[in-house]
Amino acid sequence: MKVTGSPSRATFATTVFGLSALAVASFLVVTAALFALAIWQVNRVFVADILDALSAEAEALLASSDYGEPDALREAIKRLSKKSDTRLYYLSDPSGSKSAGNLASIPPKLAAGTSGGLFKYRYQNGPVSGERTAAGLPVHLKNGGLLVVARDIEVQRALIWWMRLLAFAAFAVIALGGLGLGFLASRSVLSRVDRLTSATRTIMDGDLSGRLPVQGSGDEFDRLSQSVNEMLTRIEHLMHGLKEVSDNIAHDLKTPLNRLRQRAESTLRTAKTQKDLAAGLGQTIEAADEIIKTFNALLLIARLEAGAIEKTKSPVPLARVLSDAAELYEPVAEEAGLSLSVAETADVTLRANRQLIGQAVINLIDNAIKYGRNTSANSTKSGLETPKSGEVTIRLQRREGCAEITVADDGPGISSADRVRAMERFVRLDKSRSLPGTGLGLSLVAAVARLHGGELRLEDNHPGLKAVLSFPL
Amino acid sequence: MRVLLVEDDTETASFLTKALKESGHNAEWAADGATGLELAREGAFDVLLIDRMLPELDGLSIIHTLRKEGNQTPVLVLSALGEVDDRVKGLKAGGDDYLTKPYAYAELLARVEALSRRTIPGEQATRLVVGDLVLDRLSHAVTRAGEPITLQPREYRLLEYLMKHAGQVVTRTMLLENVWDYHFDPQTNVIDVHVSRLRSKIDKSFDKPLIHTVRGAGYVVRESDG
Repeated sequence: MKVTGSPSRATFATTVFGLSALAVASFLVVTAALFALAIWQVNRVFVADILDALSAEAEALLASSDYGEPDALREAIKRLSKKSDTRLYYLSDPSGSKSAGNLASIPPKLAAGTSGGLFKYRYQNGPVSGERTAAGLPVHLKNGGLLVVARDIEVQRALIWWMRLLAFAAFAVIALGGLGLGFLASRSVLSRVDRLTSATRTIMDGDLSGRLPVQGSGDEFDRLSQSVNEMLTRIEHLMHGLKEVSDNIAHDLKTPLNRLRQRAESTLRTAKTQKDLAAGLGQTIEAADEIIKTFNALLLIARLEAGAIEKTKSPVPLARVLSDAAELYEPVAEEAGLSLSVAETADVTLRANRQLIGQAVINLIDNAIKYGRNTSANSTKSGLETPKSGEVTIRLQRREGCAEITVADDGPGISSADRVRAMERFVRLDKSRSLPGTGLGLSLVAAVARLHGGELRLEDNHPGLKAVLSFPL
Repeated sequence: MRVLLVEDDTETASFLTKALKESGHNAEWAADGATGLELAREGAFDVLLIDRMLPELDGLSIIHTLRKEGNQTPVLVLSALGEVDDRVKGLKAGGDDYLTKPYAYAELLARVEALSRRTIPGEQATRLVVGDLVLDRLSHAVTRAGEPITLQPREYRLLEYLMKHAGQVVTRTMLLENVWDYHFDPQTNVIDVHVSRLRSKIDKSFDKPLIHTVRGAGYVVRESDG
């Protein structure tokens, strides 16, 4: 176990320790009360038993001397008193002076009363000395004398004393054990917390790849760590995206900015006529427009990833979005030698931002037309029937609680290794580098999908590419 | 026409006022919101060009105040904010059109001219006529030199928009917004393909073309290409 900065104080301050201390204290109070009650009861039963026995003995003594002389009783007591054991006797004559017995005196309270009770005495003829406790029963004789039959109860008292001692020992063990366990538990909790804290420190210091330790026991700390880890993964992804964007801005905006500058410079240097100047400036403006386009797309994606478009959502009939987009692009597809068709629609209404959904669908169609042209359309694969090439097919389907918009082409497609990369910002797969575009189309589509709780998937269309926009309903 | 420009950036403002004057318009300039509102209240402007972020009084408040006072002068909102719902906010406040910076001057000019109610010839007309081309907005029938022309619904709306603004330059973005209701730029220039289809139906078998391309700006429908 890792020892922390100021271990003891921190350990005592934990919730676990506080709770276990409280539990131990309340347990002790309850058991102490129970023990006290039990001991009191045992004590009472002991005394009552002894007094019963004394009463029987007194009766027997009196019976044996009732028809004899009072001397007979005295002799009997004298005889009994000689045995040095726990039986104690005291006999006084009518004048009140002691006539026999091994007790030196009797407490006045006991002598005056009629019921038995406890009293202190000093052992006279035994090897043990010192003050001892006895239970005694006074019997007032007919001749005015007093007989006290008593019994030493030190053995019983010792038993009860032992019971008390045991109880205290048990309490001590429980208290120490409970607090000790609480201490250990809080130490272990603290050490987990400390490990979590030091892990978060590392992460805060900038190492976003760090994760909180998960022990695998599935306890509350593991659950907490797991959800924090998931959050960290998302943050790391976002930060990574941010870094990538700034890198890419540096690259993808600097290049066209440089081009713009060069065009302006070369125009300035080489233009001889008004016409040259106009042409050069025209090119400069075109370059500026390209930069603006890229910049706008970047900003839009950044804003979409920040979320917060809920207010702009309204029920959007998806079939209408598809037919509008298809209608817009149909002539473009035809010019490119492709046929564009909506093959299947469903009656699905999605709470969405119509402009963004429209733009996402249009980006997919735009891509399908740009990259879906099957350049090797005429090269037949041996034995297989060549699919009719040059088709872009749009579908809207309900599937497993989702609305799925599919834009499929039968062009060259994207290899499975490149599909994930294709959705990243600015990634332009090598084949597409020569075509116009910002490299942001698919990542914009993916951002729109995420914003509506959905996802963009790129799949194999055998042959070609199938882009699937899936929204939960 | 008289244009009021409320814009706090001096360079933008001087470029725009100069350019608008060259385009034959009379442009006045206010550098802050309060002055802008004052000038706009005096009326007599055909179009107001209002920047969204202004010192003293922001653009949307100016529009809001004017509209509450019953001033219906068309407003084109200029903004550096292009967020998804900014456009909606701008139009809700009473703006008639929304243009995000940076913009091309041709785009701005086309929009300003399209906004001015004085210069829109065919806003309310039930028959739009350009030369021998006639579009009947009640029966949706289009004829050229008396010959009926069959158009797809979208082609009809495209032609209707162009003819409503006959003589005015209409940009591709304006067409995309007003005919298709898309407020973004597709990467491919889809509008050109649609216009060329429309052109083949309207102009192909006739000597005089009516749909003209304006380089660097957009399209215009007019009788002569002068």
